[in-house]
Amino acid sequence: MIDFELEPQVLNQLKMYHMVSEQMMRPISRECDEHEHQKPTQFYESMWSASAAASNIQIGDDKSKKPDPSKPSAPRRANLLTVLSTEELCWGDAGLYLSTPNSGLGGAAVMAAGTPEQKERFLKRFKEGKPKWGAMAITEPGFGSDSSAVTTTATRDGDNWVIDGTKIFVTAGQMSAEKSEGFVVVWATVDKSAGRAGIKPFVVEHNTPGMTVTRVENKLGIRASDTAMIVLDNCRIPLDHILGSAEVRKEGGFKDVMATFDATRPIVAAMALGVGRAALDFVRDFLKQQNVAIRYGMSPRRLSAVERDFMEMEVQLQAARLLTWRAAWMLDTGKRNSLEASMAKAKAGLAVTAITQKAVELLGPLGYSRKILLEKWMRDAKINDIFEGTQQINMIIIARRILNYSSKELN
Amino acid sequence: MIDFELSEEQQMIRDSVGAFARDEIRPAARPADESGAIPAPLVAKAWQFGFVSGAVPEKFGGGGDTRPAVTGAIVAEELGFGDLSIAIHVLAPRLFAFPIVEMGTDDQRAKYLKRFTGADFAAATAAVMEPRFDFDLSALQVSARRDGGGFVLNGAKCYVPLAAEADSMLVYAATDAAKGFAGVDGFIVPRGAAGVTISEREKNMGLKALATYELTLKDCRVGADARVGGDKGIDFSRLMSQSRVALAAMGVGVMNAAFEYARDYAKERKAFGVPIATKQAIAFMLADMAIEIDAARLLVWEAAFKLDKGGDALKESYLAKNYVAQSALKVTDNGVQVLGGHGYIREHPVEMWLRNARGFSAIDGIATV
Ligand SMILES: Cc1cc2nc3c(=O)[nH]c(=O)nc-3n(C[C@H](O)[C@H](O)[C@H](O)COP(=O)(O)OP(=O)(O)OC[C@H]3O[C@@H](n4cnc5c(N)ncnc54)[C@H](O)[C@@H]3O)c2cc1C
Ligand SMILES: Cc1cc2nc3c(=O)[nH]c(=O)nc-3n(C[C@H](O)[C@H](O)[C@H](O)COP(=O)(O)OP(=O)(O)OC[C@H]3O[C@@H](n4cnc5c(N)ncnc54)[C@H](O)[C@@H]3O)c2cc1C
Repeated sequence: MIDFELEPQVLNQLKMYHMVSEQMMRPISRECDEHEHQKPTQFYESMWSASAAASNIQIGDDKSKKPDPSKPSAPRRANLLTVLSTEELCWGDAGLYLSTPNSGLGGAAVMAAGTPEQKERFLKRFKEGKPKWGAMAITEPGFGSDSSAVTTTATRDGDNWVIDGTKIFVTAGQMSAEKSEGFVVVWATVDKSAGRAGIKPFVVEHNTPGMTVTRVENKLGIRASDTAMIVLDNCRIPLDHILGSAEVRKEGGFKDVMATFDATRPIVAAMALGVGRAALDFVRDFLKQQNVAIRYGMSPRRLSAVERDFMEMEVQLQAARLLTWRAAWMLDTGKRNSLEASMAKAKAGLAVTAITQKAVELLGPLGYSRKILLEKWMRDAKINDIFEGTQQINMIIIARRILNYSSKELN
Repeated sequence: MIDFELSEEQQMIRDSVGAFARDEIRPAARPADESGAIPAPLVAKAWQFGFVSGAVPEKFGGGGDTRPAVTGAIVAEELGFGDLSIAIHVLAPRLFAFPIVEMGTDDQRAKYLKRFTGADFAAATAAVMEPRFDFDLSALQVSARRDGGGFVLNGAKCYVPLAAEADSMLVYAATDAAKGFAGVDGFIVPRGAAGVTISEREKNMGLKALATYELTLKDCRVGADARVGGDKGIDFSRLMSQSRVALAAMGVGVMNAAFEYARDYAKERKAFGVPIATKQAIAFMLADMAIEIDAARLLVWEAAFKLDKGGDALKESYLAKNYVAQSALKVTDNGVQVLGGHGYIREHPVEMWLRNARGFSAIDGIATV
């Protein structure tokens, strides 16, 4: 039954995330933006212990259980809750959100491709000890969007896989590879002649000899998050660090990348929502202080340009939000959501890019000033239109689905 | 708790109204647009669905069903998918009946609702809009002045559907212009009332199959019992929110019509040796259309859901309607563009959908969930 209401427990939980945003992120937002590679270690520690506390409260449900369509009771909501909390935290600061110690995209890959034993073995560490990070490395200097073009190789040598290649733009790469007891999931091909089917994910533990962070990027926005280049040179890892099966099957391998995206694209969409809402809330409060009323219900032909702009920002954000909730809800209810996940990501990335750019415009010289955070949010927002599949790549995926075309027919 | 699934009943309604729209309304749409007339048998068939009689309470012979606004939005979308003119025409009697069901006095219910429970289409309507560029629902210029026991109405209305054949109509007028929405009342004006002049049928860019009229009210006197809801009056803001949800839902239907047609065409039509749909310039337009349809539908459902919760949905319905007014134009324009020169020719329906879609920025208040 159609329902758009969040229940009180969820709203309470979101209030907690909101407090984290207000009290732990916003106060260091500007500083982390201006001092790009300086690490807010106090923030890491606090977030690490806060997430340990939160995992005891557990408002979500057991992620290890498969949805059972024959039992409509006790619906799963883990993905919905994730997008809700992501929006709330990125309202605080998207860069800090990405730099928060947790299993990150590496964890998402383990969840999507690993065996139950591997999930236990690799993810246990994120519930104990010191702060840790996980990362995922697909992108290489020679390609980004075309993630089937992986040239990094994994070669079997006795009891080891030997990984060789260069990965770029790895989010939290430095923290995962060198600065904590984390890991990097590296996508590499075991058989170049097999094309997509030969591409497999490997868990490379922190400080494994042969893995080096050679560069950390300087960026337009989300500067609190480290974006690393990682070189793998004769990097030896144990055999059982390949996620899932080593067998090269037509259907295997690459499907896992795609399955990861089905779950992570709504999250990136939710990141965009958080930044967009930050800008929207700021503009709303600002207009209120200036005694500029937003007159809902009045003929658009009688509104001021500012009112129209503001309403447009607001409704675009809500449209993106509803698409995002739907994509997450579908995952929770065991429905295939590739189309809807891409719709949410494409819409949110584009809408929030426009919303934050408009917000800067609306405040004129004040908006452009580094005294307030609007200009930062505009820079932060843009990444959501690029990573986890650019705008264009998501449009291709949507188009293929609605036209029933293969990747050969439309590319 | 968040849920995007229709109930079984809603799914059934969607299927049956959708099939009617696809199989019977759609084939009639182009001829109706050209001739300006909607075939009576089609209207009669739509009447059988009980879109109007269903809402009338059982004690007045109706179906007594209090379907949620979400269901109303689903029906409106499907009918809009068939044809916008026909959708507004067959639902027009609701413009009169529904406010009386929801907000009328017992006497008004007893007196006026029975006529909608018969076997034949009973034309009725409401006069909301006014012929001014800055027409605004919250600042009506048609006025109702108290005079003795009754009221005297003055001013001009436009886009009144079926005015010439309607038995009665509701005229919305400001009793207290300073109060915005709260200062508006609805008055039951019978056919042929003194002081009411109905113009010739209006001629518009789109909605050409829908008969709409201008109305001049010159010292039109009505009794105190003509005021909907008596001394309590009406909740005009809520009525207009319901209207905006209905119109926006119809808009989603129009968008979907254009999308499906363009998508199928693009897979068939070849240029440079390949189907044009294999070109990103076309495929991305189609993808964008698909996103906008889903986004708009979810905004409409959310506004309808708010209405069903009984809360104030003014903002949500307003934003959803304005969103649809823009996106329906963009999507139907893409529909024409995908067909190229052929889209411009009246043999294909896409140009009609573009003309109809442009209407959403102009019309308000002429449908209800
Ligand atoms: C801050 C940041 C963090 C990142 N984090 C990670 C990470 O953690 N792990 C990881 O593996 N990667 C990560 N990436 C990489 C990111 O996923 C890629 O940048 C992205 O996929 C785009 O690839 P590219 O930059 O090589 O652009 P390209 O693929 O070179 O694309 C350039 C332009 O061409 C367009 N384009 C490409 N192909 C097509 C096509 N077929 N049709 C139409 N247009 C096309 C693109 O949309 C884009 O506009 C990160 C990137 C950044 C900037
Ligand atoms: C009112 C009117 C008057 C006209 N007058 C004349 C006239 O006097 N003389 C004359 O010869 N013709 C005339 N034309 C025809 C007109 O030039 C064509 O309609 C126009 O060139 C488009 O061709 P098409 O309609 O076959 O569309 P198509 O070629 O079928 O194109 C359909 C869609 O696909 C797109 N498309 C096609 N190929 C590609 C591609 N490679 N990549 C991306 N997108 C693509 C198009 O942009 C369009 O959106 C007229 C048309 C009209 C409507």
